[in-house]
Amino acid sequence: MYTWIWRILPGGLPGKVVGSLVLIAAVTALLLFVVFPWVEPMLPYNDITVE
Amino acid sequence: MSKHGADGESMRTDGTQDAGRGWENAQPIPESYESQAAPPGGRHGAHHRKARGRDSTPAKAVRGSAASRGPRSNRDLVRTGIRGLGQTLITFGLIVLLFVVYELFVTDIFTNQRQEELTEELLQNWEDDPALDPTLGPDLPGGGLPTVPLGDGFARIRIPVFGGDYVKVVVEGTDPDELLQGPGHYVDSAMPGELGNFALAGHRVGKGSPFLDLDRLLPGNAIVIETAETWFTYRVMGDPASGDYDTDPSGIPGQEIVSPEDVEVVFPIPGVSDTDVEPTAAYLTLTTCHPKFSAAQRLIVHAVLDGPGLPRADFPDGPPALTEN
Repeated sequence: MYTWIWRILPGGLPGKVVGSLVLIAAVTALLLFVVFPWVEPMLPYNDITVE
Repeated sequence: MSKHGADGESMRTDGTQDAGRGWENAQPIPESYESQAAPPGGRHGAHHRKARGRDSTPAKAVRGSAASRGPRSNRDLVRTGIRGLGQTLITFGLIVLLFVVYELFVTDIFTNQRQEELTEELLQNWEDDPALDPTLGPDLPGGGLPTVPLGDGFARIRIPVFGGDYVKVVVEGTDPDELLQGPGHYVDSAMPGELGNFALAGHRVGKGSPFLDLDRLLPGNAIVIETAETWFTYRVMGDPASGDYDTDPSGIPGQEIVSPEDVEVVFPIPGVSDTDVEPTAAYLTLTTCHPKFSAAQRLIVHAVLDGPGLPRADFPDGPPALTEN
């Protein structure tokens, strides 16, 4: 998968490096701001109340 | 001969045979083994070698591709599969690591931002119309049942032993959305200063970690609650001199570790499940998870109101307990 992404990234080596960093940043942001906040309440270890 | 050999070396490091240069100088390896079979030099010999060189290259290529189509294609499949599996596992590992970073650090940023907003809103509300403050309970037009919209901040908690900068806005409600913003007030539990149990839940690790060091609270330590008009000072129950949490005549310990189902700890009289008994004291209960990084148990701290509430008008800088540490 990573090989394939690297192959289709345009712009020679500099373009590929920049493209990779942009992709990594986008995926990280998606995880931190969308996926993790959504997933978190479903995990058990955040229960701090007595109920 | 030695000159030929040197040229040959340089040609080989260049890569493959150089068709543009004279063949006499090229192809040191064929020359070395052919020199035994046929005398070197001479146009015929060079042509002979050239022809063989041309033939051998495609022959090798054909052999190679045939091999990759044959038994080696299975090995390539296996290799691709293993590489894919490896990449997937590494990716999952990185995602889990990132989740840990999120839990420990990124949620702190979110919560701290939210706390700043809440502080601004709360101070503004207090300034605008303190009489509307929900913590004033009985003065409410509705007849005394204090209701705060879920997620709204209505008080601030300060714990002097955690440092002068430990100030958190307490929000109404104990659902994940509310607790993400700060310590949450158990709905239906008492309001600050009220007889009964003012019960709060807070995260131990992450989300601003408001109750990270709850286990460090000792008997007699002050917990100060600030409302629109009043400072309330609660003190952790137990004997300050000996550090024993269990000396209070009421039988309520200053600290206890319970299972998550033990809801009695937030009842009007902590630990007393008989709802007919009217509370005669104002308690404060803090709950968080225990041990750290786990939710197997709950760490509970009980405190009791120490003296009457002090008006903020008379004590703009807070009660004397705030300067303890």
